[in-house]
Amino acid sequence: MTTQTFPAEALTGFLLLPPGLTASQALAGLLFLGFVAITLAGAVVATGARRLVRSVAGLALCFLGVAGLYYYLASPFVALMQILIYIGAVCVTIIFAVMLAETADQERQVERKPVMVFLGLAGSAAITAALAWVALGTKWTGAPAAPEAGSLEKVGQSLLTTYSMSFELISVVLLVAIVGSLVLARAGRDK
Amino acid sequence: MIQILNLGGSLETYLVLGALLFGFGLFGMALRKTFIGMLIASELILSGASVNFMAFNHFLAPDPTVGQIITLFIMAIAAAEAAIALSIIIAIYRNYRSIDADTPAELKG
Repeated sequence: MTTQTFPAEALTGFLLLPPGLTASQALAGLLFLGFVAITLAGAVVATGARRLVRSVAGLALCFLGVAGLYYYLASPFVALMQILIYIGAVCVTIIFAVMLAETADQERQVERKPVMVFLGLAGSAAITAALAWVALGTKWTGAPAAPEAGSLEKVGQSLLTTYSMSFELISVVLLVAIVGSLVLARAGRDK
Repeated sequence: MIQILNLGGSLETYLVLGALLFGFGLFGMALRKTFIGMLIASELILSGASVNFMAFNHFLAPDPTVGQIITLFIMAIAAAEAAIALSIIIAIYRNYRSIDADTPAELKG
């Protein structure tokens, strides 16, 4: 253990440090709880907000929390890509579409019937509970991978050797998507 | 207390979080009436799947890179999906002056 253990009596005044846990571990745990809270709060806002702009803001918050979770899963590169691509590209594109398409009279739109909302809530809560039950009840076995330094080089190598076909196909998919969205958005422009 | 602070080190935490994100996305798909709201909910579903992949990659996988590669692929697919869906939404908005999902129902045979 290389981390410094703070003397317990120095911390008991303002931080009740549990025994058997260094201060840095406790701080990391608290930060993880903060990221979990950010993720869930963002998901709640993204699902429940009335205005679409607020919903997109909640989505960006949720993506930020998920990036923090990726950092705790020992892949800071994917966390950085999450922030760059999702918050920087996808959320901004959705904001563009909201600005282009959302009309001023969004408020008077008809709401779903409460029965249907309750049915959707019950159905998705049941599926979520089933998934969580399976996740908590299964005895997961496997190689506990130690977080490696320099795992980014391995990602790059296998991206260009083992998964090179998928990599090229993803590039083609992106190209087709860009050209297709240009064509779709261009057609009927004089209306 | 120690258990709560050690939550980041266990696989089940991430799996439950992924399930919760998926559930929020599913509920959003059922709740929303506009196409952009549905797109936002589908992004939540995709990020729940990514969290699961990354958690399995970190805790269980013998090859520690495959989950990260799959997550990067999911990001690329999500970006392409967002571009296509948004251009479809813009096209629908031009034709119908609305992005409600019920409005293009006159398309049906």
